[in-house]
Amino acid sequence: MSASIEINNVTKRYGALTVLDNISLTIKPGEFVVFLGPSGCGKSTLLRMIAGLEDVTDGTISAGGTRVDTLPPGQRGVAMVFQSYALYPHMTVAQNMAFGLENIKLPRDEINRRVALAAETLEIGHLLDRKPEKLSGGQRQRVAIGRAIVKEPKAFLFDEPLSNLDAALRGRTRLELAQLHARLGSTMVFVTHDQVEAMTLADRIVIMHDRKIEQIGTPMEVYQKPATRFVAGFIGSPAMNFIPVTAVGYDNAGLSVTTGGLGTLQTQIQPQPGFSHDGSTLGIRAEDVTVLSDGETGIGLTVEVVERLGDRTLVYGALDDGTKLTAEADGRSAARIGDRLQIRLDLSALHLFDAKGIAHRLEGV
Amino acid sequence: MAESYRRNQWSHGLFILPYLAFFTVLLVFPLIWGMWLSLHKVDLFGPGRFVGLANYVRVFGDSVFLQALRNTLVFVAFSVPALVALGLFLALALNRTTRSTSFLRGLFFSSSVLSVTIVTLIWRFVFIPGDGLLPVIFEQLGMAPLNFLSTSGWSLFAVGVATVWWCLGLPMMLFLAALQQIPVDLYEAAALDNASPWRVLTRITLPSIARTIMLVTIIQIVMQFQLFGQAQLMTNGGPNGSSRPLVMYIYEVGFVRWDLGKGAAASQVLFLIILIAAMAQYVVSTRKTEAGE
Repeated sequence: MSASIEINNVTKRYGALTVLDNISLTIKPGEFVVFLGPSGCGKSTLLRMIAGLEDVTDGTISAGGTRVDTLPPGQRGVAMVFQSYALYPHMTVAQNMAFGLENIKLPRDEINRRVALAAETLEIGHLLDRKPEKLSGGQRQRVAIGRAIVKEPKAFLFDEPLSNLDAALRGRTRLELAQLHARLGSTMVFVTHDQVEAMTLADRIVIMHDRKIEQIGTPMEVYQKPATRFVAGFIGSPAMNFIPVTAVGYDNAGLSVTTGGLGTLQTQIQPQPGFSHDGSTLGIRAEDVTVLSDGETGIGLTVEVVERLGDRTLVYGALDDGTKLTAEADGRSAARIGDRLQIRLDLSALHLFDAKGIAHRLEGV
Repeated sequence: MAESYRRNQWSHGLFILPYLAFFTVLLVFPLIWGMWLSLHKVDLFGPGRFVGLANYVRVFGDSVFLQALRNTLVFVAFSVPALVALGLFLALALNRTTRSTSFLRGLFFSSSVLSVTIVTLIWRFVFIPGDGLLPVIFEQLGMAPLNFLSTSGWSLFAVGVATVWWCLGLPMMLFLAALQQIPVDLYEAAALDNASPWRVLTRITLPSIARTIMLVTIIQIVMQFQLFGQAQLMTNGGPNGSSRPLVMYIYEVGFVRWDLGKGAAASQVLFLIILIAAMAQYVVSTRKTEAGE
């Protein structure tokens, strides 16, 4: 069974320090939502407040329409998978999974049935008599997930569960989590600072920064239409290029934007009323900056660093006015440090951010 | 590098030589000498003659020794569980970081730094008939005052109370250190698992500090079997030897009556008892840990 989670105007303070400021969002039943953000942004605190491991200073949290922020953790109908797994070291795998069910006085038959089913789902049936110290990191994580599954919770909460795994295992486990979500159809809230995990797992991503929510959207929405400069720079690797705007011109087609190194560009952006170019920034992703072939003319870029990734080449360089810019070239590119390349920008892929970092774009797009 | 390391290896022993010298002279040599003495009839007047196990026969035939042995066993049987349980209780109660708990931790530990003379002096003031604290309390409650220090049975109890009060600090600190090693997220997981405080204590906390419980128990067994100062200063082993511990018996035999051979034999018996008790505790605890795995 899965339930919605409503977070209404939640604020968290430790004395004079505010770590979460008036957060509101609704998670639909069965949705996989990822809280993404840099360290210290409050994403784990928010997750822990849903779990009941932190008090709510102001605001309310509801699960399935029932207010839960006043209830103890065990009575909220949620299950959590910790970053360190938090398996009870003196209990076997089976005992770890059964512990929560014993505490609510479930019949032994039902406990055994649920443990066996979860073990089968996660392929850990052969580990039931082992203790956590005898398990690998990946096995421990499955046990932690199994301990959550047996409770048949309204929602699963994951607090950076892949952080302690090596890269190869992380990739495999990510796939398994996606399959698990598809199989169970449960509401899942996942905290991570890794945008790859967020982009690949989430139905929607909640991007948090400096105690607030920057944007809530699907992976494609936050990637293609970032609401703020922070989101634009945080999502995507390499980070989006940001070029200071020196002047703008208005006409029916859209805004013409003048920058130091790129000259004047005719965009399709229709900024909101009241937009001022003072302190504004133009944004463009590296994959929208094309390296032209020999003989073609574009904007000059002097190469400073080259990263060859196999399937693509990242060229880090400087425009004529010294502004740094990253372009993406074909994997077979022969670009070298010191080369002067010609680049062209995809004008339909430009982003404009005002002095406050708010994105302005074509209405309805 | 490796070769020069090997060449200089003998010089590494110089670092432990001072301690080794003290250890040998003050511990190993007396241990062996004590065993040698226990097999000889030795007194002030001569080097002694070999008598085999005769001293041991005399010791086990001495009713005073048997009484002292019984007293010591009873004392250990009650004081060690009390120290372990109370130490654990205090550690659990004070395992958080607030001003009051920090103060109380210091308060409960402070008795451990006192000398046995001060401790027994304090508790004599508590138990002493007439103006002592306890007799005054008994009188206030309308009860007939009990002379703890001069009543058979109660005298050992009084020594026990003073000992527990004195020695509680170390178990408490050892348990506190162990409790603080337990990861906090285990308790968070238990909260999400609806675990009651009792289940948390018995299924998470106590198993996590099982090794420390064993360590504290063994330390206290070894220490309390060597009870001496409190008994001598509070009750002088009386009345009628009802609070005389084994070490006091050994002292009286060896250094008052100068029957050094018999005293040494009694020492070896005490040594053996402590060794067996500590090893038994260790084996039982290890078996429990292995059974749990």
